[in-house]
Amino acid sequence: MGVGIQVNQLNAWFGATHAVQDIQMDVTANHATAIIGPSGCGKSTFVRCLNRMHETIPNARVEGTVKIGETHVYGNGTSAVEIRRRVGMVFQKPNPFPTMSVYDNVASGLKLNGYRNRRELDEIVERSLRQSALWDEVKDHLKKKSGASLSGGQQQRLCIARALAVEPEVMLMDEPASALDPISTSKIEDLIFELKQNYTIVIVTHNMQQAARVAEFTAFFLSGKLIEFDKTEKIFTTPGDKRTEDYITGRFG
Amino acid sequence: MNGSLLKARYQPDPAAASSPLAETTQVPRRKIHLKSSRLADAGFRYLMLGCALSVLAIVVLIVRELFLRSTLSLHAFGLKFLMTQSWDPVNGDFGALAFIYGTLVSSLLALILAVPLSIGVATFTTELCPRILRGPLSYMVELLAAIPSVIYGLWGVFVLVPILRQYVQPFLAKYFGWTGLFGGYQFGIGMLAAGIILAVMIIPIVTSITREVMSAVPTAQREGVLAIGATRWEMIRVGVLRNARTGIMGAIILGLGRALGETIAVTMLIGNRPEIAKSLFAPGYTLASVIANEFSEATEDLYLSALVEIGLVLFAITLLVNIVAQLMVWSITRGSARRAAV
Amino acid sequence: MPNQYWWRSFKDKLMVGLAGMATLLVLLPLVAIFGYLVYRGIGALNWNFLTKIPKPVGESGGGMANAIVGSGLILLIASLIGVPMGIGTGVYLAEFGKKRFGYLVRFTADVLNGVPSIVIGIVAWSLVVVYQRNFSALAGGVALGIMMVPVISRSTEEMLLMVPQSLREAAWGLGVPQWRTTLSITLRTASSGIITAVMLSFARVAGETAPLLFTTLGNQFWNFNVRRPTAALPLQIYTYAQSPYDDWHRQAWAGAFILIVMIVVSMSLVRMVVSRGVFKGGN
Ligand SMILES: Nc1ncnc2c1ncn2[C@@H]1O[C@H](COP(=O)(O)OP(=O)(O)O)[C@@H](O)[C@H]1O
Ligand SMILES: [Mg+2]
Repeated sequence: MGVGIQVNQLNAWFGATHAVQDIQMDVTANHATAIIGPSGCGKSTFVRCLNRMHETIPNARVEGTVKIGETHVYGNGTSAVEIRRRVGMVFQKPNPFPTMSVYDNVASGLKLNGYRNRRELDEIVERSLRQSALWDEVKDHLKKKSGASLSGGQQQRLCIARALAVEPEVMLMDEPASALDPISTSKIEDLIFELKQNYTIVIVTHNMQQAARVAEFTAFFLSGKLIEFDKTEKIFTTPGDKRTEDYITGRFG
Repeated sequence: MNGSLLKARYQPDPAAASSPLAETTQVPRRKIHLKSSRLADAGFRYLMLGCALSVLAIVVLIVRELFLRSTLSLHAFGLKFLMTQSWDPVNGDFGALAFIYGTLVSSLLALILAVPLSIGVATFTTELCPRILRGPLSYMVELLAAIPSVIYGLWGVFVLVPILRQYVQPFLAKYFGWTGLFGGYQFGIGMLAAGIILAVMIIPIVTSITREVMSAVPTAQREGVLAIGATRWEMIRVGVLRNARTGIMGAIILGLGRALGETIAVTMLIGNRPEIAKSLFAPGYTLASVIANEFSEATEDLYLSALVEIGLVLFAITLLVNIVAQLMVWSITRGSARRAAV
Repeated sequence: MPNQYWWRSFKDKLMVGLAGMATLLVLLPLVAIFGYLVYRGIGALNWNFLTKIPKPVGESGGGMANAIVGSGLILLIASLIGVPMGIGTGVYLAEFGKKRFGYLVRFTADVLNGVPSIVIGIVAWSLVVVYQRNFSALAGGVALGIMMVPVISRSTEEMLLMVPQSLREAAWGLGVPQWRTTLSITLRTASSGIITAVMLSFARVAGETAPLLFTTLGNQFWNFNVRRPTAALPLQIYTYAQSPYDDWHRQAWAGAFILIVMIVVSMSLVRMVVSRGVFKGGN
């Protein structure tokens, strides 16, 4: 089962650029939460702070607290690697490992951590591929096809399967469908709909219909600040902030 | 506030609720325990850092060993070592001047021959030749760089020197003898032969770096010049060469660095006599060559020490030249390959 | 002014012609050297040359078998030193070396690359021969190994920087530790590029003579002990080329031919690998 996320006074910088400012947010377990906002408003930076990916960028800095379940993400003695195992991530552009087969891609998170049980790996790979609705398309050449030889939409579902295989509790998705065609997009959306029964999902999107379709909660970001965070329905019908309304009605300058 | 309209536009999609995947998601989650890694990460980092530090250590060691093994000679001769010409192992009197002279003259000769050719080749391959020839031509110039020094020497001794002796030297003596540069005995072997072989050896590096900096000139610069009605040559001169000149200067100096330190081919061709002569036909001796020839035979401590000091002088000269060249090339190419986007 | 135009167009043709001539002139020695090498080398090559050790001075016959094996031994030692250190430094520069210290290392590697090989020879002599009180294959291997480091490290860095950052992030995002990511994802993705770099550095030091002169010294007999003086192909060519004997000259050409074949073959392999794409299966 997924766990909730509590974000408190979160600030993030790139050098002198203050990309994320004073974010306060509680993400409910086993639900999908959408992050919307114009390009460059800090959506990616925000979610990358949740699994400590932000600190991999030179000169990047984070302050504030994030709790995944009971674990302090930025606590002393918490290892980034441990957090990233519990918090899966799917990126905007599909990034399968080009040197690995489909099977190895899915198993990579476990194999690269020294997990060697063949039978269980087979099981986990199959389950993850079924969960990401890719199994039927790849089951005949699991170990023959390279991950890079799949289509864009398949690659993204492969990346989701890869993230699922390490059995995370939270799944971060940074515009997972923005580089895909409409059919692949709808497959990914169906997938999110299913996954949120077992995982806490945070999905960044610039597509508001998508947010409305898959997420129970929606957060609106603007210039690095969290402007409004509420039930999706509330945000899209009776937003409390003028700027939110301007944005979702497309009147945004 | 137009609430009902918004609601209509963003109604959750009912189709999504009845997905065919429902049965596969209800899998009980096992906890997979994986190894902790913090120690391994730190260890790996330090191991790589160790490798990087070893590069610094090697350079420090080079300096230390050179000073250590030349102490005797440094004390015995001081600065005089650089300014006297005597090289007399029997009486223990050593000076590096003749070698410094030979090194500088052979290298400058090489530059005079190599630079125009290299710029010509680089221009031809980047700007003029049909696209299809570009790859093969660059590959052939690269091959020139892959030929070992000893093979250049071998070829020089058995092919180049006879040609020089029979055809080139008589010609030069007859028509340019009045300059004083082409007088005396025509052995074939000598400063001229060494300069020519060095030129051939540094052409690849000067060419390839020149080509690199020329390709780094933005196309807009070329088009800008062509647009005002310039000919191809004017475009190359104004649009390309002028913009690339710092980098080309760097390439030339880097070539000079190579020539100064080149050993075996020069040793086989220069004649190995520590004399300072005006004629390019006369034999000479370089810093590198005297080390190559005499190091394993030097039995006296002072003799050995003087040879190491020769090495120190060579190191200092090439270090200076290379640093200047690096800075010039770096100012163009920004030092390191930039991280690929995405 | 038509007159001026004529002059400009003439100058254009002249300079273009000169650039073309320069190219031909540079290719001339290449063709001459390779042609002569093949002509003299193949003629001198025979079974004895490849299987026998040198005959005593002045006697004809014998071969360079011990030198070929000796070169192999020295290059093996050099690779054991130069390859891990070079790749490690390259990894450091690409993965951790964004700070000022990285620039220092990069600059130092470039400086090391420019140190004359004969000076490296002196240092290897000072570090190994003097302490062992003996010329040895080991000392030569140390010299050549040092020379490999900057070449391999700079090209490894370049290759690693070409690996998209998104692949590293994918691995980190799965909770794969940095060291594993570097070894199994980054290095593996760039592997053919790094192999290329290693082969090129190998080709570069394989023909080096100067740093071997007073480290491995040379040997007229078989030697498999890394702590003893050892024959090496380039050394043997050098010695024979300067001898007064025709038969030794003949053998020098044969040796040069073998050496150049080794180098050109490894360079061509490199070309093939590179032209098939730096990244296996890349997307
Ligand atoms: N690697 C980086 N280095 C410096 N600044 C960055 C970097 N990535 C993003 N930024 C800056 O941080 C801000 C937020 O970026 P991001 O989180 O990517 O926005 P979004 O995902 O909402 O489009 C932007 O102003 C952007 O310019
Ligand atoms: Mg983004």
